[in-house]
Amino acid sequence: MIDPTTALTILGMTAVTAFTRIFGYWAVGYLSVKGRLKGALNAVPGSILIAIVAPAAFSAGPAEAIAGAVTVGLAWRFPMLVAVIGGVGSVVVLRYLIG
Amino acid sequence: MLPMSIGAAPFGLMVGALAAGAGLNHLELLMMSGLVYAGASQFTALGMWTEPLPVLSIIGVTLLVNLRHILMGAALAPHIRHLPTWCRWPFVYIFSDETWAMALRRSAKRPLTAPYVAGVVVPFYLVWQFFSILGLTFGHLVEDPKTYGFDFVFTAIFISLVMGFTKTRTDVPPLIVSTLTALIAHQFLPGYWYIFLGGVAGVITGALIYKEKPFKPGETAK
Repeated sequence: MIDPTTALTILGMTAVTAFTRIFGYWAVGYLSVKGRLKGALNAVPGSILIAIVAPAAFSAGPAEAIAGAVTVGLAWRFPMLVAVIGGVGSVVVLRYLIG
Repeated sequence: MLPMSIGAAPFGLMVGALAAGAGLNHLELLMMSGLVYAGASQFTALGMWTEPLPVLSIIGVTLLVNLRHILMGAALAPHIRHLPTWCRWPFVYIFSDETWAMALRRSAKRPLTAPYVAGVVVPFYLVWQFFSILGLTFGHLVEDPKTYGFDFVFTAIFISLVMGFTKTRTDVPPLIVSTLTALIAHQFLPGYWYIFLGGVAGVITGALIYKEKPFKPGETAK
């Protein structure tokens, strides 16, 4: 059922992915987190998440860019679910209006 | 957690549809989604899935796409050390962009508990398996998830999560630098380099602008 080469590839993918997930967690246990390292780690979540979505939100087209800005504005004031629904709703409307 | 985990559904469907194109069967896709469980790298790998299979190239690119996990695991570490082993190690093995972000967001308000972590991780994991298999079976039916804005659910969730992390003025410059770096890298470099480079640029900015805050009584050290 499972092709041996496919299985080998997937197991290799599994090994390197597990390494990336475990290594950072493990390595930071040997450091004391303060000073600039603390500043760096504080910036990790936002920097990574915004990098993941930046192209889809801000350079995919005008509809996405405006909807991205709407989501930012809503998330500033309202609970997450409101921001998500408002953002998705606005992209649907904007794509219909301006493509 | 269910509304959030449903955000992963369109991407699961797309992975399934890609796997169908690559010629994977149900068992093989379940093995990949179950063991690797990392969307961006699964997209890239399936995009490279040709005969003969470029085994080492696929493994190498998977490593590159997932390098961001090293930073993510490091950021997560101090917030999960107190969790019992049965919960902590599976979470480290299996955190995704969303579950990691939700756990960190929660830990800013109160310490994480094992039930909370399990309640976040399990639905996401199951949604991913279910929808990737669904996509493999009915992939041809969802060729364009853009129609109903499904593809933007993910974007909107991530933007909201980022805003949840943004509390003080010093949180903003890393976000701007990361966004600009990612946009430029996405324009000029292939694949998923933009995620890694944007993340690194934001983190360096965070380190450069960091200033030690004067200790306030009653504030717990992190």
